Amino acid sequence: MDNTTLTTLAGIMEYAVPILFAAIGENFIEKSGITNLSVNGTILLTAMAGFVVALNTSSLLLGFLIGALIGMAVAAVVAFSSITLKQSQVAIGFILATLCRDLAYFLGAPYNNKPGIFLTKTPIDFLVDIPVIGPIFFNHHVLVYASYLFIILAYVYLYKTRPGLQLQGIGERPAAAYNRGVNVNFQRYMYTLVGGALIGLAGPMYSLAVKIGWSGQLSGLDGVGWIALAITIFGGWHPLRVAFGAYFFAGLQQLGITLQSNTNIPIQILQAAPFPLMIFTLLLVNIGRAEWVERELAAMPEKPRLIVSKILRMLRTSPPASLGIPFERE
Amino acid sequence: MTVQEKSPQTTSLRSRINWLDLGLRVGAVIMALLITSLILLVANAQPLKAYWNIVLGAFSSTQKVSAVIASWVPLVLTTSGLLFTFTAGLWNIGMEGQVVVGSVFCVGAFRFLDQTGLDPWIVITIAFLAGALGGFLWAILPGVMRIYGGVNEIFGGLGLNFVAKALAIWLIFGPWKRPGVASMSGTEWIDPQFRLTYLPGTSLSPVIVVIALIGAIFVALMLKGTHFGLRLKAIGKNDRAAHLLGIPTTRYFLLAFGICGIFAGVAGSILVTSKQFSLIPDAGFGYGFLGLLVAMLVNYHPILSSIVAFFFAALSVGNVELQYMGLNSYLAGVLQGFLVLFVVMTNGVRQRLYKKG
Amino acid sequence: MNIELRNIHKWFGKVHANDDISLKITSGTIQGILGENGAGKSTLMKILSGFIHADSGEILLDGNLVKIKSPDDAIRLGIGMLHQDPLDFPPMRVIDNFLLGQHGGLFLNRTQVEKQIQELSQKFGFQINPDAYVETLTVGERQQLEILRLLWMGVRILILDEPTTGISANQKEKLFATLVTLAKQDLTVIFVSHKLEDVQGLCDRVAVFRQGKVAGELTPPYNTDEFIQLMFDKEIKIGAKTTACRPEPLLRLENIGIEDYRLRLRNINLTLYRGEILGLAGMEGSGQKLFLQMLAGIKRPVCGKIMINDVNYAGKRYENFLKAGISYIPASRMEEGLIPGLTLTEHFILSEEHNELLISQKEALNLTQSRINDFRIKGVPYSKVEQLSGGNQQRALLALMREKLNLILMEHPTRGLDIESSIWIWKKMKERCADCTSIVFISADLEEIIQYSDRILVFFGGMVSEPIDANTTSVDELGQLIGGIGW
Repeated sequence: MDNTTLTTLAGIMEYAVPILFAAIGENFIEKSGITNLSVNGTILLTAMAGFVVALNTSSLLLGFLIGALIGMAVAAVVAFSSITLKQSQVAIGFILATLCRDLAYFLGAPYNNKPGIFLTKTPIDFLVDIPVIGPIFFNHHVLVYASYLFIILAYVYLYKTRPGLQLQGIGERPAAAYNRGVNVNFQRYMYTLVGGALIGLAGPMYSLAVKIGWSGQLSGLDGVGWIALAITIFGGWHPLRVAFGAYFFAGLQQLGITLQSNTNIPIQILQAAPFPLMIFTLLLVNIGRAEWVERELAAMPEKPRLIVSKILRMLRTSPPASLGIPFERE
Repeated sequence: MTVQEKSPQTTSLRSRINWLDLGLRVGAVIMALLITSLILLVANAQPLKAYWNIVLGAFSSTQKVSAVIASWVPLVLTTSGLLFTFTAGLWNIGMEGQVVVGSVFCVGAFRFLDQTGLDPWIVITIAFLAGALGGFLWAILPGVMRIYGGVNEIFGGLGLNFVAKALAIWLIFGPWKRPGVASMSGTEWIDPQFRLTYLPGTSLSPVIVVIALIGAIFVALMLKGTHFGLRLKAIGKNDRAAHLLGIPTTRYFLLAFGICGIFAGVAGSILVTSKQFSLIPDAGFGYGFLGLLVAMLVNYHPILSSIVAFFFAALSVGNVELQYMGLNSYLAGVLQGFLVLFVVMTNGVRQRLYKKG
Repeated sequence: MNIELRNIHKWFGKVHANDDISLKITSGTIQGILGENGAGKSTLMKILSGFIHADSGEILLDGNLVKIKSPDDAIRLGIGMLHQDPLDFPPMRVIDNFLLGQHGGLFLNRTQVEKQIQELSQKFGFQINPDAYVETLTVGERQQLEILRLLWMGVRILILDEPTTGISANQKEKLFATLVTLAKQDLTVIFVSHKLEDVQGLCDRVAVFRQGKVAGELTPPYNTDEFIQLMFDKEIKIGAKTTACRPEPLLRLENIGIEDYRLRLRNINLTLYRGEILGLAGMEGSGQKLFLQMLAGIKRPVCGKIMINDVNYAGKRYENFLKAGISYIPASRMEEGLIPGLTLTEHFILSEEHNELLISQKEALNLTQSRINDFRIKGVPYSKVEQLSGGNQQRALLALMREKLNLILMEHPTRGLDIESSIWIWKKMKERCADCTSIVFISADLEEIIQYSDRILVFFGGMVSEPIDANTTSVDELGQLIGGIGW
């Protein structure tokens, strides 16, 4: 494998990190039955705040911490409005998405394009020397290693532990979970906050490590939050499939960078490319549900019908059954 | 459970809660102002001075008031259009992109008809129709993707917003670039004869105010007293039941998107013919998103939305004055965002109180 | 465990659902709670199991005053409830349904619990595979699963809310045998039902509920008349079986095939006559719903013909079926039938065909008022539908049907309604039949099917029986058939 390929692959592992944390964070929230649509705004706001705090305190750790705290605070508004006040989660999420974005641009303006501090690479001894694998997986900053661990932990937590099982239950059928002694709304609060913190980490991950710096509207971060949300859907609310989605998206970004330097496709088109792709992936996992598809399928002869409907079912992802629905005892 | 006729007791309860209602709304506004003041303090600015500057920036001269009204027009149009989709239970977040594509089509029509020598008013009318068509097409897309592809219109619309923006930038730097050097400041200006004339001493052309009023009244009438409006409402509240009752839901969903897109396209055309006179990268000016916020704030009420849109327009215009304080113009967005957030949250508080009391 | 309830009160808005209820239940007995829908049985049981809280009153277990704040408290005190619609997790496996709610360490002890499930099911003669997904089980099996789970959690008081609806004759027999065994082991069993014969055949003692109060308590030997007197406080006449069936065919099905990803129905041939009532029996998910949706034009058949007046409707859209005078009344009133947030008047405007632009409020109001009177809906034209009671919602739904219809399709037309409402609704429907309209309906209540149908189709796992004459069959025979016996 030549050097460019290795760099590209290594780049994918790095670029996927913030999206991974945001998408899996959102995955936890949605598994509990709450949608947090504010992700895009949260990432922008925490990218700015993380950058500014790290710059002013010279502490990367504080930068990440403030990101997590802000993410949690935004999620707290979502949780309070949707769980306690029972307002539309879409409305609250959308308002927060635009509000946080404007806040980031307003408060961040004095810091646009200032040089700041950032995370440096820490290759892992011995492992980095393994041919091919070493340079791709083990020649990064510490966040990338954390992301490997994070994917596995998220999977194990959700599917192998008792609280993980309860989490699945409260998103699927809260009344049944409550009947088994689970405090549904308390847990929904908890997971919204934890997920919010994870989403909040994604911002500083960009501004302090992956896409270093803050340059307001030109930071190129507007939109990644929506991609993360789409990846959660594409991933069928399963951490491993979500992780696959994140790597896939990062791969496309890398491909874009390569294309841009080697061809003369206008940069605007490459920048917008992820979005039609996002729509297309959502189309793939949802089209089996459309009414006309079902009607057309019924008109097909037996053999192709069985094959096509099997493929559609394989692609299809189903949200937690009570996603977006408030839980009331009576 | 039985339903009883309104008893005197419940009416008195209701009037009491109406006071509470008012209190909650005022409280929401105060909260929003307080927290924005806090943000201003963080940004090292005096809140009162900032607010006063906004007021001055919006109302201190005829020129400024006219700018507020000129800014109110596209906002009323986007808000009104969104009332259709909201009534049908749809989140047309792609509104912003629909305004952009409306502008693109409008500018395109002018470029195409530039040298035909037709009467300017005919050209302007065609350009407006083209803009409306652009908005319509761009709005139908997320509708089609939702109905025939199962893609939630929020994601469809958002994706298309980014695509619309890319389209505008590509045109500005590619096929429609200015002779000489392409720049972020946009395409070449349209011929002065196609610009809507301003009232003397202002930056407001009266004809657009008429368009806005027609649009707002049209929406209020359609949604209130027609079968169309009632069916749309039924679909928005329970599309499955509406379908079983015999309402062609697919057609109505697409119609809601389409009408909303036409409003967006007209708003885009107005921006081209009376404000920018060219296609710029940020051709939507955020009017699509702002329209969503206004609609949410007034709980989708047609007449109230026109009033609130005026205040939002004043905020956005007055806000520009802040640059003299060394602040950037995202403050309006922050204040507007907090306002809507707190109003929606107090709606929840009110519903809780209703339930208990 | 002995239970004593003292002066329990519970209000829902203006409705006094439990009005000063006091009751004593002794350990080792099967206590019946009998009453119509809406008599307050389920409310009391939900209070006892911690799902909702009483406004006032006391609960004593073995003489000790207890506070039950949540289902968790109830389980800890040894009270478990099997809800009418079992509260389980359909997309999850049986084993996960057990593990969820079990207290214990961070990681799951799957193998151990799996063994315990197998032991328990053997003990009671149930066949439950711990790895099966709950959504693949029948309602009867899901009940068995919940009973096992509650016993496994160590409950000493088992409450069953309407457990005999929608299960087969065999499953019912097995359920009753299990309950008798449990009572012998000194468990307290509370059996809630509106079916006289179930209560009579099983319970050691029966409390009859009426309008939120305990109307009286009876012990064996039971006398049916006494029960009816207590339940209704008056005589209820179900009326003789009548038919309006004429020899003119309305609709012919030829070699119809329908399928979804779980079921395949094939070669359905049937002629439906004008004025005929066809009952569809079967356990939930056996294909009767697919069949009904096919007739409504919602589900497209994969083969065969639907002939109405020599026109093949297979493959046509719902709108065409509607135009052909076919009306579909869905089971879930608030999810599919009515539109919460809209008033009765708005519903009636929507239900009629209008080509003009503006709504005529006066005309709409008149129509609404006349339908409200005609269908005896307790409400006013500007009542929002969600403010109506279940029975009135069902009346409103029926009132929305257009005047002239050829075929009415109904799912569970009287589910959750009291007997009087049910009888009234069927009277209304019979009037339609006399007017040449045919009816096809699904019901989980086999007696209702036999009482009102002319012919019956039984569904089992994708198989469809030949039409059965309702005059010559019995609840037992149908109960066997829906359980897959006698095919």
